Amino acid sequence: MSTSVSVYVLRRVLSMLLMLLLLSLIVFLLFNVLPGDPARLTCGKACTPEIIEANRHRLGLDMPVIAQYWEFLKGLFVGRTYAANSPDPVQCSAPCLGYSFKRHAEVSQLIKDGLPCTMWLALGSFIIWMVVGIGLGVYTALRRGRWQDKSVLGVALIGYSLPSFFIGILAMFFIVIKWHLLPYPRYVPPTEDLSKFLQTMILPWIVLAILYAAFYIRLTRSQMLETLNEDYIRTARSKGLPDRTVIRKHALRAGLTPIVTSAGLDLAGLLGGAVFIEAIFSLPGIGSLALGSVTDSDLPVIVGVTLVAAVFVIVANLVVDVLYAVIDPRVRPS
Amino acid sequence: MTQGNDLTSSGRFLEVDDLHVSFSTEDGIVQAVDGITFGVERGKTLAIVGESGSGKSVTSLAIMGLFDKRRTTVSGRVMFEGDDLLKLDADDVRKLRGSRMAMIYQDPLSSLHPFYTIAKQLVEAVRVHQKVSKAEARDQCIAMLHKVGIPSPEKRIDSYPHELSGGMRQRVMIAMALINSPDLLIADEPTTALDVTVQAQILDLLRSLQQEFNTAIIMITHDLGVVADVADDVAVMYGGRVVEYGDVNSIFRRPEMPYTLGLLASVPRMDRVRTSRLDPIPGAPPSALKLPKGCVFAPRCSYKSQVPGDVCATDRPELLPAPSGQLVRCHLPGPTRVEISRVKLGELAGDSTAGGAA
Repeated sequence: MSTSVSVYVLRRVLSMLLMLLLLSLIVFLLFNVLPGDPARLTCGKACTPEIIEANRHRLGLDMPVIAQYWEFLKGLFVGRTYAANSPDPVQCSAPCLGYSFKRHAEVSQLIKDGLPCTMWLALGSFIIWMVVGIGLGVYTALRRGRWQDKSVLGVALIGYSLPSFFIGILAMFFIVIKWHLLPYPRYVPPTEDLSKFLQTMILPWIVLAILYAAFYIRLTRSQMLETLNEDYIRTARSKGLPDRTVIRKHALRAGLTPIVTSAGLDLAGLLGGAVFIEAIFSLPGIGSLALGSVTDSDLPVIVGVTLVAAVFVIVANLVVDVLYAVIDPRVRPS
Repeated sequence: MTQGNDLTSSGRFLEVDDLHVSFSTEDGIVQAVDGITFGVERGKTLAIVGESGSGKSVTSLAIMGLFDKRRTTVSGRVMFEGDDLLKLDADDVRKLRGSRMAMIYQDPLSSLHPFYTIAKQLVEAVRVHQKVSKAEARDQCIAMLHKVGIPSPEKRIDSYPHELSGGMRQRVMIAMALINSPDLLIADEPTTALDVTVQAQILDLLRSLQQEFNTAIIMITHDLGVVADVADDVAVMYGGRVVEYGDVNSIFRRPEMPYTLGLLASVPRMDRVRTSRLDPIPGAPPSALKLPKGCVFAPRCSYKSQVPGDVCATDRPELLPAPSGQLVRCHLPGPTRVEISRVKLGELAGDSTAGGAA
């Protein structure tokens, strides 16, 4: 069985790589037909058309798009050198996702710098929303139709309908600016100053978690209501198991599959950057990087961020599929 | 064999007395069980027979305490060795479930948790009631699986339910139900979902385990073949009420309630003449939302014209002892019922001397 599982995983990894290749081509083509001249970004204020044209040629931007794509792919594996014949060539080491002439940095380095912040943001709110969402989901399912159920669902609906940037701005305005309950957010890594880190992150965590928790309450509730009606729950009760065991080990476990699916994909989506939340709370993560590069038409960064975000989602899909087999023995290949 | 006057006497191992169960639904109050009384002795089997919706399964779930307390109203008494289960604390009833009383269900695949191995589900059933180590519990389970006829149980115990056949799954369910040697086993249509050959094996198994453990069995079924095979006593249910109750021979040989007759008439039989047609009961069972005021069976009863006046539609008949020994809920006079029964059974047997007279 373990060999068939590894064959399955291997096949999935291969198709994943193919998908990424296709995706990178689409992203590359898409952003190349968009308005905005990448060559224009390579020279500063004192720019003449002659310099732009010279830069365009030196950077290979005058090559056909497909040839540029080939260079890009090659760069991923062996690195690349921009303007190799000029007095000051720019070196981009493998895996080279491109080079931002706007920011004078390798795209991979920019992403590496932004990733920890985004990762902490995503993980923290993920833990909050999963605990709250599953906890309240089970609670409301067990009190279906009673006032506890109705009030939690009502609040969840509000949380679900308000855009996160709206809640974020309100939270920022009242809690930070008006009431001074928390200092103005300034991101520091947790290894540097843990309490400052927590003070900065707690609001974005909660604001982000509100939206997702609302969804997971409803998802968990409906899953629980469904599984609680199953015959095997009746069997578990007729064995004389205490209610708590019946609910946790039998009902929740059985309803977990769609929750795990959504959780994996939502977490992966957030790892690609939470644009609004990062912007509101001035967090230097992937989302801020993406937002900045779109404003600046910084093409290499846009392509890089999009690809990295896509990798997260595709990998999460694979992980979720493998988790299915862990959760449900019936989908294990035999 | 139980005699007619014993049917109402108390002091048996399990006594259900005037049990009522109703649910509140969006459409109104559903009176699923409307005052039923029966009992069962250790080592004996009571079959509860009826169409779907007659309240059979609800009765068993009420005995087990497996109903939603917020939506369900239960009244009457369920005396289990002198304790009224309906008055016991929910947690005390829980402790009886699985240890003193157990239940098996119709569909063994959906009744087993799909994500856990047989071992896990059985060991859990042992350890919730016995203070034993996992290894000891596992040994008990393997022994029990062996007893219910599962080949190489030490290997099979690590299978998942979907890896077993239907018959094997039901054996696992039986093993799970009997693992703590309960005194009462409720089997809710245990063979309905199984192949005929497997059905017979499962019934044989239940019978031999009953002898070994001296278990009282309540067999809920609509299959009269199963009833004839395993029951000592039979309670026929219709519209949430027991309409006829007696030992298995009286019920099969001298049924008196027109509904019981109708049930027997609608069973295909190999020993019957081919030309004689099946005789289904016309109409459909009443909705538990709106039960008829008088006799629940009256709207479908072909003999109600033989009762003087409008009594069948207005008055609810009592469950009373009949001359032939069983309890019958019917307005027809005793001798008339006996005659109807004799004629009808004669017709069914294809016996022209009995049938010709009518």
